[in-house]
Amino acid sequence: MRDARGQIRRLPGLRLWLSGGWLTLLVLAALFAPLISPHDPLAQDLFAGRLPPFFEEGADQAYLLGTDSLGRDVLSRMLYGGRLALIVALVAGTLTCLIGASLGLIAGFYRGWADLVISRFIDIWMAFPPVLFAILLIAVLGTGLTSVIVAIVVIDWTRFARVVRAEAMGQGAMDYVASAQVAGRSRLGTALTEILPNVLPTIVALLTLEMGIAVIVEAILSFVNLSISTDQPTWGGMIAEGRTSIYQAWWVLVFPLFALFLTVLSFSQLGEGLKDHFDPVLR
Amino acid sequence: MSFLSIQDLDVSLSNGMPLLRRVSLDVAPGEVRALVGESGAGKSMIGKAVLGILPRAARLTGGAILLDGENLESLSPKARRQRIGAKAALIPQDPLTALNPSRRVGPQVTDRLVDILGWKRQDAEKRALELLEEVHIQAPDRVMKAYPHELSGGMRQRILIASAFAAEPKLIIADEPTTALDVTVQKQILKLIRDMQQRHGTALLFVTHDLGVVSKIAQTLTVLFAGKVVEATDVGTFFAHPAHAYSRALLAATPKYTDPETSLTPVPGSVITALEAEVAAFDAELSGAGRQ
Amino acid sequence: MPIVRALITRLITTLITLLGAAIIVFVVIRVVPGNPIAMMLPPGATDADIDRLKTLYGLDKSILEQFLIWIGNVVQGDFGTSITLRQPVYDQVIGRLPATLELSIMALMIAVLLGGAAALTATLYRGSRVEGSIDVAGGIALSLPDFLWGLALILLFGVLWPLFHISGRISPSLGFEFSSNFFLFEAIARLRFDVVADLMGHMLMPALALAIPLAAIILQLLKQSLKECMHDDYITLARTKGYSESSIILRDALPNAILPTLTLIGVQFTFLIGGTVIIERLFSYEGLGNMAIDAVINRDLPLIQGIVLVFALLFTLVNLLVDMTYAALNPRLRHA
Repeated sequence: MRDARGQIRRLPGLRLWLSGGWLTLLVLAALFAPLISPHDPLAQDLFAGRLPPFFEEGADQAYLLGTDSLGRDVLSRMLYGGRLALIVALVAGTLTCLIGASLGLIAGFYRGWADLVISRFIDIWMAFPPVLFAILLIAVLGTGLTSVIVAIVVIDWTRFARVVRAEAMGQGAMDYVASAQVAGRSRLGTALTEILPNVLPTIVALLTLEMGIAVIVEAILSFVNLSISTDQPTWGGMIAEGRTSIYQAWWVLVFPLFALFLTVLSFSQLGEGLKDHFDPVLR
Repeated sequence: MSFLSIQDLDVSLSNGMPLLRRVSLDVAPGEVRALVGESGAGKSMIGKAVLGILPRAARLTGGAILLDGENLESLSPKARRQRIGAKAALIPQDPLTALNPSRRVGPQVTDRLVDILGWKRQDAEKRALELLEEVHIQAPDRVMKAYPHELSGGMRQRILIASAFAAEPKLIIADEPTTALDVTVQKQILKLIRDMQQRHGTALLFVTHDLGVVSKIAQTLTVLFAGKVVEATDVGTFFAHPAHAYSRALLAATPKYTDPETSLTPVPGSVITALEAEVAAFDAELSGAGRQ
Repeated sequence: MPIVRALITRLITTLITLLGAAIIVFVVIRVVPGNPIAMMLPPGATDADIDRLKTLYGLDKSILEQFLIWIGNVVQGDFGTSITLRQPVYDQVIGRLPATLELSIMALMIAVLLGGAAALTATLYRGSRVEGSIDVAGGIALSLPDFLWGLALILLFGVLWPLFHISGRISPSLGFEFSSNFFLFEAIARLRFDVVADLMGHMLMPALALAIPLAAIILQLLKQSLKECMHDDYITLARTKGYSESSIILRDALPNAILPTLTLIGVQFTFLIGGTVIIERLFSYEGLGNMAIDAVINRDLPLIQGIVLVFALLFTLVNLLVDMTYAALNPRLRHA
């Protein structure tokens, strides 16, 4: 199909289907992990250490994707790791979106002092390396799921704020806002009902992107052992373990890495697909 | 023998819609032929087809273009490019966008000499200076070093004209070169083009919708309507006894300042909506009046 | 002069940003529940010992006092002493900075080459399947962060086809004595190409991991700019002069398309530098980022502050450089 400029666009539907498909799979796996997981993810069996996945020789069919150095089942750990990834994605992603978008809306629509202060903060935030900032926050807040979510929100709210602020400033100057205000609506009312719907497509696209970023940040944090405080498996943690025994048991690194790849890719392609879907030029 | 010979040229869009229909046209060495018609009639397309710069969506679907006896389609793309670069040139319509904003103006006049024709840089620079003087640019050595945005529209058009004549082409296609200029500047530029054409003996295919310009510069003209040639004759005959109904309508549509009220008669029909019905009507006229 | 005034305004906003960053870090890490002092002492330490060390590091004063003291010292060039390394922070930071700079610059060059070549190719073959495939590859490269690319590269070229090193900065067996910490630049300057080869063998994978997302962004933006330029009239005119498509893209379109891309590259370069924190850790590369992670885990306050300040300084410098380059390259701005 061709867009308004007559340029060929690959089926955006394909992108949405593939990414939606994987994410649905992930959600199902996460929801039913306790039911479909073949083993206890924490159960160690030193006699079953470093077993290869089912398609290699020397594999034990009970452990489809192999085991790690402590004999824990990779598949089960991956399913439970997926739970964490999804929780972080949904909660942290949504919170970052809400807080960032609200601040951006305030700055862009009300302008004045609010804009001055918020913009200054955005600038300062841009001076920090995000990963370092996240690690720093965890060091301050201590490990744990809440800390991880807070860290993600704190380091990435600017992503939404900047975009929403720009859009709000652009839309706020338009006639339909002026006419709404002339008709007697309060400023907040105008902001919510007139500007928000127009900014919504961008926000939705950014939201899915943010979910992917949240998953990555959590993975990096668990890679440096600064994520959740319990023994629950995380993809990042599995990757860290896998990194050390990479020559002897490559599967411990590869499978969670693959899952991360697909998840992050799916989130961002979903965002791209949604953005295209909402873009009026392409309709 | 014509230098440029266009024979039954068909150009269409990739979706099949025709842009030029069996267009035939000849330009002899040193001749100045005007190509006249409304906007959208296809006159720019003819120039683009000759110079090899048709838009990506358009394609040659029939006929031939012979430049100096050579069929351009039969050449390899590279040979074709170089032949056109050496023997022909374009004076573009909009001087404000036809120069590269990031490069100085001097090299843009003679770059084809150095890069395509293998001239030495010093020789090209000398030639650029000569050309700038020929187009009446003051302080040519300073102007050469300027960037396009530092010069006026009129000056930029002079530079484009200089650039067109740089390689002594045998054919220049001027695509409405005065349309984008102020009325006062138009006259000067027109005179400049005419003088240079006479001095260099170049054949000139002058695309325009303005019949007043035609009378000042051209010896012969071809009238185009909806992608078809409607009349082709010499200028004197055309103004005295236009053969085709469309030609008559064109002449009548030219507003005369001595008679503002009745002189604004629009040409009936439009190119876009006219395509089938009107063309059929004019075709009937054509076969009735006999071609010139 | 307007340029001087603009420069001064820039400097002031930069200082405010730096100050803000410093304040935030300062305050944030002093809210620390964990006690860095306690980590340094053996388990049997008394409260008196702890208090003494606290006073030594000035941690008993109020936050405001500590901040003012620290700022005062910083301005004089004294960044304090690292708690874990027991060395002046300044020396440590300056010691590790060159490694990170070399890595970042190498990554930038790779990104520009890759992204630029891809954009030029896609423009040359626009509308064809080649462009389509480049778009897909770019889309995937864009969607995945440097962390994942680093891991993928470790697997591919460290384990599967061991072509490159995946750990460290240089092979210890080389036994080469450096006089500066700019290993790569020094090795090139001293014409020791065997050392250069070894260094690059270590740097290539981390640099590539950092480069891939940036290359994808450059590809997207430059391709868009180029395609828009290709519609301009001077391009059509160039075709009539006899130039080939590829030479037109390089000679005429590229100089005009590059300017908007440049500003973006500048901003994205700062993100790239930020990425060195985790990439250096992944590849055990002895740079600033790697040291930063340890500093945070060990609650080494002076070191953390010093490193964060250096990063912030680096980012603002890059932004400044980009703006200056843009102003210098744009003929319209220059003569305006």
